[in-house]
Amino acid sequence: MPLFWLVLIVLGLAVAGYVAGRGRALRLAGGDSRVLHSLPSYYGAHVALLTLVPAFAILCLWVLIQPLVIENRISAKLPETAIAESSTRALVMSDVRRVAEGLDVAVAAGAMTADEAAHMRSELTDVRNRLGAVGVALGSDVGPEVLRAAQAYRALAARGHLAMTLVVLTAALGGAGLGIARSRADFRARNVVETAVRYLLIFAATVAILTTIGIVLSLVFNTIEFFKLYPARDFFFGTTWAPSFGGGSELGILPLLWGTFYISLIALAVAVPIGLFAAVYLSEYASGHTRAIAKPLIEVLAGIPTIVYGLFALLTVGPLLIRVFGADGVGIMQAGTAVMTAGLVMGIMLIPFVSSLSDDIINAVPQSMRDGSLGLGATRSETVKQVVLPAALPGIVGAILLAASRAIGETMIVVLGAGAAARLSMNPFDAMTTVTAKIVSQLTGDADFASPEALVAFALGMTLFVITLGLNVFALYIVRKYREQYE
Amino acid sequence: MYDNPLTKRQTLTQEVKFSARGVNVFYGDSHAIKGVDVDIEDKTVTAFIGPSGCGKSTFLRCLNRMNDTIDVCRVEGRITLDGEDIYDPRVDPVQLRARVGMVFQKPNPFPKSIYDNVAYGPKIHGMARSRAELDEIVERALRRGAIWDEVKDRLDAPGTGLSGGQQQRLCIARAVATEPEVLLMDEPCSALDPIATAQVEELIDELRQDYSVVIVTHSMQQAARVSQKTAFFHLGNLVEFGETGQIFTNPRDPRTESYITGRIG
Repeated sequence: MPLFWLVLIVLGLAVAGYVAGRGRALRLAGGDSRVLHSLPSYYGAHVALLTLVPAFAILCLWVLIQPLVIENRISAKLPETAIAESSTRALVMSDVRRVAEGLDVAVAAGAMTADEAAHMRSELTDVRNRLGAVGVALGSDVGPEVLRAAQAYRALAARGHLAMTLVVLTAALGGAGLGIARSRADFRARNVVETAVRYLLIFAATVAILTTIGIVLSLVFNTIEFFKLYPARDFFFGTTWAPSFGGGSELGILPLLWGTFYISLIALAVAVPIGLFAAVYLSEYASGHTRAIAKPLIEVLAGIPTIVYGLFALLTVGPLLIRVFGADGVGIMQAGTAVMTAGLVMGIMLIPFVSSLSDDIINAVPQSMRDGSLGLGATRSETVKQVVLPAALPGIVGAILLAASRAIGETMIVVLGAGAAARLSMNPFDAMTTVTAKIVSQLTGDADFASPEALVAFALGMTLFVITLGLNVFALYIVRKYREQYE
Repeated sequence: MYDNPLTKRQTLTQEVKFSARGVNVFYGDSHAIKGVDVDIEDKTVTAFIGPSGCGKSTFLRCLNRMNDTIDVCRVEGRITLDGEDIYDPRVDPVQLRARVGMVFQKPNPFPKSIYDNVAYGPKIHGMARSRAELDEIVERALRRGAIWDEVKDRLDAPGTGLSGGQQQRLCIARAVATEPEVLLMDEPCSALDPIATAQVEELIDELRQDYSVVIVTHSMQQAARVSQKTAFFHLGNLVEFGETGQIFTNPRDPRTESYITGRIG
């Protein structure tokens, strides 16, 4: 029975259990739901939970563990002679799996009977051709040991699958039965459901945290690998970025960090004042009608894919800047791709982040604060400057930091707008590049994955991660220190 | 001691501070205030009483044009302060609000230090030429607000950290710091406990020496305790206006009598 049907049957049992549990509780209460400890739907949900949770837990574990067990048993049975022909046990096992899958496909397509697949002998049949006919391409002829191992693999898998189906269905039925039996009038079904909800929420939080830890670990191990191949001193203090895939690269992070910092700075210099002023206008001055139209319009900016911003930088902003600052104008800009181009466009991209969040935060400042200030004879702008903004400051700092993280992590606009040259320069009209853009180019190249030229991407990613983390911690500190509490 | 102390309360006739004639207020389509005529005297406490939604707070907010901050609100009629029409286009509502201070229902200290709360108005209006002068203004206002002794050692502490009654007295100190001529109070004691209420009421009585005070209140006992003049509002109409003693002991309008005896409201 395919997995899909099994899941569907368990879900069906849960629904049936819901109806049965609810019905039994109501029946035992003589049809009067006021006698029940909990609302009738809680009794139903309790039965559904007992049906679903153990069955799905077993299903998930089984699906994860079964391949490992089968793999081990087949691998142990594989004679040494079969391995001598190829290189390693792992490679032969991957052949075995491939043939086993091929046989499955052939049976499913009707090109073979199940019996034929199970008892076919490689001495009598050309397995490679038969499987090739149904679209499963094999790299070499199938030896008798491999075919026998594949057949054993299939047999084990089929038995395991059958056993799994039976166990899961038993668990579902058992859970449903237990749940229905417990559905008496005085049973505290609501408390059980409440506990289940709590564990569901804990599970969700755990998944998020574990994922973060997993990401960090994957970065850490590869970073350590990199530092085994390349001295950390040269990486952190090197002022040249010159990867060459033949070896002998210079991989100094400083030019990339400088580029990241410079572009982010320009982007924030554009986004923070414009975004903040727009937010103040929308929340303090604009009429409800204007606000209802203007706010969604500004938020449209946030929905534009960054690659489109990149094109805007490359095709519009770059040429525009070069007309003013290029050889025909001021003469300090060589090409359209420059820090300024990317920074300006990135700033435009960040405006809605700053404005939308700040607007929400400013609106959360109680109206009584404004009344108090206006009632003392302050003008609107005095009220905004002295009362509303200080009260909203922690949130606004948060909004700006979110924008800063976006700026530091942005890639597409940099690739298209800022050029690819890693250099240390003060001139904002020079082409530069950022950490993120270089991570992309290092990992998409042809370099061997074990070479420092590829592994450096992880060290770059780790550095970026540490910097953003430090930024967030610093921001939290600032916010705590300068927070002005209202209520 | 007295059979009826209210009627024996001495009331001197003071010069008129606010004069309202034919005031109508609309919130969109709803008619909130209907043709109100009233004279509010200087150095007098005037109480506005009436059931919820009768328009007394709305009328109070007309007196310093706080209703201007509400988009749909429209005010008709004539309100004069010392003979000048406050709704004249030449009048700057910001300056008007400096002359007519306001204290709100819920204490709303700014999230700043106690000192900065009080210094806020004087700073905005440039009332102090030096830091020492500002210190003086702040101390005077806090003394006026009867809260100086409680906060003099922690002027740098946040105003929001005070108790409810202290916060409200801080707000009153903040309002008097700008030296207004009139003080409007919108149910200043409704969020306070009886002890804090007593302190604020005592304070209101002291403030009468220098200011005209207009207080909106739901408590008829409070109106009787603190005010010299009382106005009774009902469904947007000013039903009766007169000496507090007369309103509470010998009301002319049957609606007033029903309200103060608890039959409506």
